[in-house]
Amino acid sequence: MFEKLSERLNGVLDKLTKRGQLGEADVDEALREVRVALLEADVALPVVKDFVAAVRAEAVGERVVKSVTPGQMVIKIVHDELVKVLKPANDAGGVAGAGLDLNHPAPVPILMLGLQGSGKTTSTAKIARRLAEKQGKKVLMASLDTRRPAAQQQLAILGEQTGIKTLPIVPGEPPVAIAKRAMNAGRLEGYDVVMLDTAGRLAIDDELMAELAQVRDAVKPHESLLVADAMTGQDAVNTAKHFQDKIGITGIMLTRIDGDARGGAALSMRAVTGRPIKLLGTGEKLDQLEDFHADRVAGRILGMGDIVSLVEKAMEATEQEEAEKLARKMQKGQFDLNDMAQQLKQLQKMGGLGGIMGMLPGIGKMQKQLEGRMDEKVVGRTLAIINSMTPKERRLPDIIKASRKTRIARGAGVQVQDVNKLLKQHQEMARMMKQVSKLGQKGLMRHGLSALMKGGPMGGGGMGGMGGGGGFGGMR
Amino acid sequence: MTQDTSVEKRGWFGRLKAGLSRSSAKITESFAGIFTRRKLDQALIDELEEALIAADLGPATAARLTAVLARDRFDKEVSVEEVRGIFAGEIARMLEPVAKPLAIGPARPHVVLVVGVNGSGKTTTIGKLARLYQAQGKKVMLAAGDTFRAAAVEQLKIWGERANVPVIARGEGADPAGLAFDAVQAAKEQGIDLLLIDTAGRLQNKAGLMEELAKILRVIRKIDATAPNDCLLVLDATVGQNAHSQVEIFKQVCDVSGLVLTKLDGSAKGGVLVALAERFKLPVVAIGVGEGPDDLKPFTPQEFARSLMDLD
Repeated sequence: MFEKLSERLNGVLDKLTKRGQLGEADVDEALREVRVALLEADVALPVVKDFVAAVRAEAVGERVVKSVTPGQMVIKIVHDELVKVLKPANDAGGVAGAGLDLNHPAPVPILMLGLQGSGKTTSTAKIARRLAEKQGKKVLMASLDTRRPAAQQQLAILGEQTGIKTLPIVPGEPPVAIAKRAMNAGRLEGYDVVMLDTAGRLAIDDELMAELAQVRDAVKPHESLLVADAMTGQDAVNTAKHFQDKIGITGIMLTRIDGDARGGAALSMRAVTGRPIKLLGTGEKLDQLEDFHADRVAGRILGMGDIVSLVEKAMEATEQEEAEKLARKMQKGQFDLNDMAQQLKQLQKMGGLGGIMGMLPGIGKMQKQLEGRMDEKVVGRTLAIINSMTPKERRLPDIIKASRKTRIARGAGVQVQDVNKLLKQHQEMARMMKQVSKLGQKGLMRHGLSALMKGGPMGGGGMGGMGGGGGFGGMR
Repeated sequence: MTQDTSVEKRGWFGRLKAGLSRSSAKITESFAGIFTRRKLDQALIDELEEALIAADLGPATAARLTAVLARDRFDKEVSVEEVRGIFAGEIARMLEPVAKPLAIGPARPHVVLVVGVNGSGKTTTIGKLARLYQAQGKKVMLAAGDTFRAAAVEQLKIWGERANVPVIARGEGADPAGLAFDAVQAAKEQGIDLLLIDTAGRLQNKAGLMEELAKILRVIRKIDATAPNDCLLVLDATVGQNAHSQVEIFKQVCDVSGLVLTKLDGSAKGGVLVALAERFKLPVVAIGVGEGPDDLKPFTPQEFARSLMDLD
């Protein structure tokens, strides 16, 4: 009943693609459905109206009627308009995300704000971790949340988990004082960035908004990020507008984009505040943080897949060194179970099968059918089997005979036939690896993963239908 | 609950109304902008429908409501007040069957599993429920089943101290099913009336996490085949149409028996509740109207509907 926006739009646009030419009535009919689809995806009403009007102005008329494939033309117009609304105003290209601006004397104060439960604390730790690990910044985190029980401890624990320093907690200290102490510590101890996590508050709570304004005045944040839940409904406009008017925000971080609500709130908040969406929270783990790219999200909404994200993720997950080692081995025609385990781990890093599927074009519709049939655990189970082997067995799978199989199965908590299945899959992969070894590293990436998609960790179950498509190999 | 009920009552009611009327300010604006007294034609119906959609009622429910209006008023002169009254009445009628408080049955302990997406307000709701039933003389116990999120256990412990009820907890990363099992066992042994089990927030489309939830149910049913006696899904009032997916999937996995709508003191209307009531018919056992321990109130359809339409 409540399909995703992309599915809805796909349905509408499929109809258009099948017709030869577009009349005004066709466009209106299509746009009525686009409008309902956007509303069901929680895009705020005023934003929907503007959006539809803009698309209509573009779609009706010569350009579309004269174009050879009207459907494609409309897809492009809807896509372009989505990108236009989503992209940062100062970004002429409209493709790259604005990212965080750290161009400010150290320590750079970054203020995190938003409603209760929007994901501020987790996001604070994610951003700090990324600044430290990817940009080599020295980051200090401080929790100004003196309201929710154990909120300060939460940030302290996340600090320990990520190896990011947190400001020592002084019980009873008010938020403004904590903020000042954090900035002081930042200056004295030579931090590059000070991240201030605030208590969740309702945008209409005047008292708490006044407190937030005091914090703002005390630290003069260089970035003030509004953290908002991707599942937010029509209220997204109110919240964003209030925080923008009363505190002033420099950007938006959209969390829980990994849920099955996607897009609506992003469009609304972007339109109503004029501020860019800078970052996306894509999971509960602390490395699940992504840059926002307008064209990618627009493409995702339209079900065009998110190929760029996928490729980047794949590149990040593949440690260069490991890849080279693997390539060398493969040139010699070797592909042992250690290598297979390596690839499975990369697959997990990329967000598991579900994460990858979501990024593939045209899978949008299929994903629903696959839901439930796709067993994320299979990857883990396969790894467990490999982990139950001795180093020698992993290197030389041929020596694994009956008694070894029994032992391995017991170690991994599976049946012997599961071990057999794995060995068979490995053989098939090794055979394919030999075939592609001439293609070098690039070929490896493609066919390696494609092989996984084909016969690999999904085993005989659910993924049969996917196989023929060639998985990753076929998408480029 | 407390002796200063009247002050409290005005306090929370004032807050709820303030929140709801602020939230419905937009509805009012839209209505006022649409007409003062106009003939109800298709154009007006479309505009009214949009105003309802802007309150998160969703396209389908909005269409049904305007259809009710059109049925006997089409082509007649109508006023803003009239339309609001008709909508409020219709919404209250739709919500009436789902306004049912949590019923603590004869089972001892009465086990309540509290579930929902991340950040919806599960732990806070449990803290408030503990306080409410403790004040009613029930023996309450809490189980800190959110072993995933940092400091979630501490958060629940603080609520336990506030309400002066025992909290069963293990460390972070512990198996939530095992913990739930222990909690049910302990509650049985100690003659507890009400056991509230907290769970980690989970997005309903994460199969692995939903399976974890199913496991909690399987495990506690080993002690008591009828447990949990209730499974409450906590929904954030700011949520949009995704609430449908949340209710649908959580219902499949853990047989949700009731809803709690939180954060109703904000600018969000929780209008999606109307559509949910229509579709799932699940009881709304309470609403959350603030961060304080007593900010949990029974759900009253009349008030909700009239406030939503900015009446009174």
